Amino acid sequence: MSDLLDFTFAEARKKLAAKDFSAVELTGAYLSAMEAGRALNAYVLETPEIALARAADSDARIGRGEAGALEGLPLGVKDLFCTEGVRTTACSNILGEFVPPYESFVTAKMRRAGAVMLGKLNNDEFAMGSSNETSRFGASVNPWRRAGSDAKLTSGGSSGGSSAAVAGALCLGATATDTGGSIRQPAAFTGTVGIKPTYGRCSRWGIVAYASSLDQAGPIARDVRDAAILLGAMAGHDPRDSTSADREVPDFEAAVGRSVKGLKIGLPKEYRVDGMPSEIEALWEQGAAWLRAAGAEVVEVSLPHTRYALPAYYIVAPAEASSNLARYDGVRYGARVPGRDITELYENTRAAGFGPEVRRRIMIGAYVLSAGYYDAYYVRAQKVRSLIKRDFETAFANGVDAILTPATPSAAFGLGDKADASPVEMYLNDVFTVTVNMAGLPGLAVPAGKSADGLPLALQLIGRPFDEETLFATASVIEDAAGGGFRPERWW
Amino acid sequence: MSVDETTVRRVAKLARIKVEDHEVPKLKGELDAILAFVEELKELDVDGVEPMTSVAPMRLRLREDMVNDGEDAEKVLMNAPAREGDFYVVPKVVE
Repeated sequence: MSDLLDFTFAEARKKLAAKDFSAVELTGAYLSAMEAGRALNAYVLETPEIALARAADSDARIGRGEAGALEGLPLGVKDLFCTEGVRTTACSNILGEFVPPYESFVTAKMRRAGAVMLGKLNNDEFAMGSSNETSRFGASVNPWRRAGSDAKLTSGGSSGGSSAAVAGALCLGATATDTGGSIRQPAAFTGTVGIKPTYGRCSRWGIVAYASSLDQAGPIARDVRDAAILLGAMAGHDPRDSTSADREVPDFEAAVGRSVKGLKIGLPKEYRVDGMPSEIEALWEQGAAWLRAAGAEVVEVSLPHTRYALPAYYIVAPAEASSNLARYDGVRYGARVPGRDITELYENTRAAGFGPEVRRRIMIGAYVLSAGYYDAYYVRAQKVRSLIKRDFETAFANGVDAILTPATPSAAFGLGDKADASPVEMYLNDVFTVTVNMAGLPGLAVPAGKSADGLPLALQLIGRPFDEETLFATASVIEDAAGGGFRPERWW
Repeated sequence: MSVDETTVRRVAKLARIKVEDHEVPKLKGELDAILAFVEELKELDVDGVEPMTSVAPMRLRLREDMVNDGEDAEKVLMNAPAREGDFYVVPKVVE
């Protein structure tokens, strides 16, 4: 049955419709793969009974000719999405054994479209991290290894369980979230495709909040077409999220394979950062050459405030986090550590429940929002954010349709490699992705080549607000030109 | 910009996170590193720039002023670490 794992969802969809195999058979193959893949630590909770029951429902709907857009898709769900009746922890101790009595808008919509949940996927605690190492369940492991080495590598973060599970074929698609790069960096590290849509495209209702003005849900998938199918089923207006965009969801899949002839693609000169590895530089040049060969016009653009995006992010995101995470008080849900009075109960609970990185970010947030520092830090960072957004608006006003950049400054690094480094060094992972969140734009990571030691490398495409379609069209050109080969050899 | 140990304790208090004495120097170092990293923003001239309040131009919509949810104490309380009837239990707050 292992060959069932080879199909993309677009291929499996045809076979399911033709009754070459059933949704129960497809789900069964993934449940076996999930069990055999525990070494990757991608799942923090397996839900095989739910999966098999939903797969049987899918078969019934296919039989009646009522198949939805994701009918029979074996899906992994990041543990940041609340799932009704199924433990949701954001991979933090402070949520204890929290069981939500409700389902997030995005996963409810996917379920209605026929998706079959296999289980909950690992992530950095509250999505704060770039290597999945801050998870209470330990780090997820990259299915890729360097040629000739068995050293364990990170599958990225925060959506490291999502990227490991998709790359290792422990699910056919996964939900993920992205606040500063948490979809695109893990996708880049694992040879998968990830898209953070425009802010407002997906409802945040029922997703554990990190930094609300930056958080967006999106898929990690095996190829560009699957990512388009998944996003189509995740997106849509939700009155319960006041920042959810009330606009039509286009047929994203129809954009896959669309010509890029005549499109203007910008290469931002500020992304040529000091010390960028030559293989990343070469990958970027190669991507531009592929798009030129497909008829696009490639131009240099300037985004002068790029270097300020990461420092501004590390004010805005912790500020919002300190406010959002105030709700974890040990009173209403989650873990509780007793105290002599209510304040001590809060303090004990939060000291025991939050890991070191989360604690740091909450404290930084409390500091930059505190009296006397608010204007100097928070207001200034929000002004810088306006400047960053203006940079992109200028480029788009000059006729640029999409922007091409590297997705990450390096290939996947080793687990534990940055354990002794300053927290700031880990933050630098998001240097190419974070501007996109600051400006609310859509960004997509697509595998485009390999490092000298055989690890996948990715390019990032940045689009105009609500123009994910151009990203899918452009990414499929890069995907075709790169010629595949982004499935890791199984060692687990 | 760097913080002193009193500030570390004050911020921890604001954040309602208990910090042991021996943790303070390490936290101070980490907060200093992050504050040094964001210091770069000071060099930018942001005079006359509007701070961002919404990443996408949108108007918040109002909904009908009517009850559309609630009246389900069991669901609300099902994850409570301690409860008594339809109430959360906390240490005594009024002397």
